[in-house]
Amino acid sequence: MKQLQSAKVQRYLALVNKLTPKSDLSKCLVRSFWVGGVICVLGQCILLAATGPMRLAKSDAAAFTSIALVFLASLLTGLGVYDRIGKYAGGGSIVPITGFANSIVASAMEFRREGLVMGVGARMFQIAGPVLVYGIGSSVLVGVIAWLAEVL
Amino acid sequence: MAELMGKQTAKLQHPPQVESFAACVGKKEGEGPLGTLFDAVHRDDTLGQENWEKAESALFADAVTRCIDKAGLQPQQVRMLLGGDLLNQLAASSFAGRELGIPLLGLFGACSTMAESLLVGAMILEGGCADRVVCAASSHFCTAERQFRFPLELGTQRPPSAQWTVTGAGAVLLRSMAQDGAQTVLTHVTVGKPVDYGVTDANNMGAAMAPAACATITAHLRDTGRSPEDYDLIVTGDLGAVGSELLHQLLREEGISVAPERHLDCGLSIFSPQQDAHAGGSGCGCSASVLCAKLLPELAQGKLRRILFVATGALMSTTTGNEGESIPGIAHAAALERMMI
Repeated sequence: MKQLQSAKVQRYLALVNKLTPKSDLSKCLVRSFWVGGVICVLGQCILLAATGPMRLAKSDAAAFTSIALVFLASLLTGLGVYDRIGKYAGGGSIVPITGFANSIVASAMEFRREGLVMGVGARMFQIAGPVLVYGIGSSVLVGVIAWLAEVL
Repeated sequence: MAELMGKQTAKLQHPPQVESFAACVGKKEGEGPLGTLFDAVHRDDTLGQENWEKAESALFADAVTRCIDKAGLQPQQVRMLLGGDLLNQLAASSFAGRELGIPLLGLFGACSTMAESLLVGAMILEGGCADRVVCAASSHFCTAERQFRFPLELGTQRPPSAQWTVTGAGAVLLRSMAQDGAQTVLTHVTVGKPVDYGVTDANNMGAAMAPAACATITAHLRDTGRSPEDYDLIVTGDLGAVGSELLHQLLREEGISVAPERHLDCGLSIFSPQQDAHAGGSGCGCSASVLCAKLLPELAQGKLRRILFVATGALMSTTTGNEGESIPGIAHAAALERMMI
């Protein structure tokens, strides 16, 4: 009986797989490529402006570029524009640093009504948190490996 | 006493009458194909409230108040309010109950709550524990997104099988006393079992719920000895495009064939394909508002004679989802009929 049941379930899951419409991969790739590319070009322009006319040191210019992109994405999130870009571009606007800013600001806005401490404070990193945890975690791991390689 | 039929169905000896009904929805639903049928379309999704939870609560209360008003009654004349929503602790309906001052029984059946409240309401009336009850359910896009998915301003894409939570509420006033003339009555109740075929994708709720809808419809027809042709319409709650297709396949496997024109899915009728709702509408408010704006009026006008209202729910929580559980579905059925008393 149980096996019969599981055969039925397997058949059903196969049917679900067959009938569920899939995202159009080529369309998604093209859209995320050009939007992601535009964001990167924008970043490059800011960097060139920072090292050129603004005469910042190389490391300062890189930090300035990140800050500028994060500011822009946060502003667009607050204006209710970034979610529309994300809907169109998918990974193209999630992967760059602007997507990271969007995830933090969107959470902060959403939970603002639950107060500044338990709402904004506690839940601002709800989505970005895992990126930080594993990003910092893996950087430590890589650091240890690099140190060991040097010592040995 | 109700007559027990088969394993899951009861035939009510004194079928409760539908005295009045009301449906209130948000802007997007008002722009949909059923837009003109709703009692109220709230152009402002916040309903003038300071947060989304209060907005949904106000929507729930609005539907209940309008329903009682349409019957020409005062809230004190209603013995019980039975209802629910999708939020933790049934926040929307509980807080609406605080304002309404009607004895409240909170019910959770995920998106099947409208059918659950009708079933329980009918049983209470049959048992003589009340003479008038209001059965209601609500959902709100913005509260559901927050609880089950992501912040509203997060830039993400929804897959084609995802459904759009309806901002809407519906309320039905049932009464036990028999009033002569043509009446819409609730004749049979079939309580559904949770059914789980192992679907884990929260963006494919229709697939998670279709087996439950099939199980309840099959049980109802078997218990009552009826066939799909005995109903003008078999109405499912929010299976959407994917779930509806799956339901027909599953029913065929059970040897039941429901003609496409005899099946209506509330999730597929509330939005048009141009409204970017992907596979269709979902949420308690979906079946509740379509029932109260379209189906009950058509029964009252005699356009429909008898329908089987099968609201479907996905019994998942974000916690169980993260813990790797699959999504059980549930469906409850109420047979509604226009008859001379």
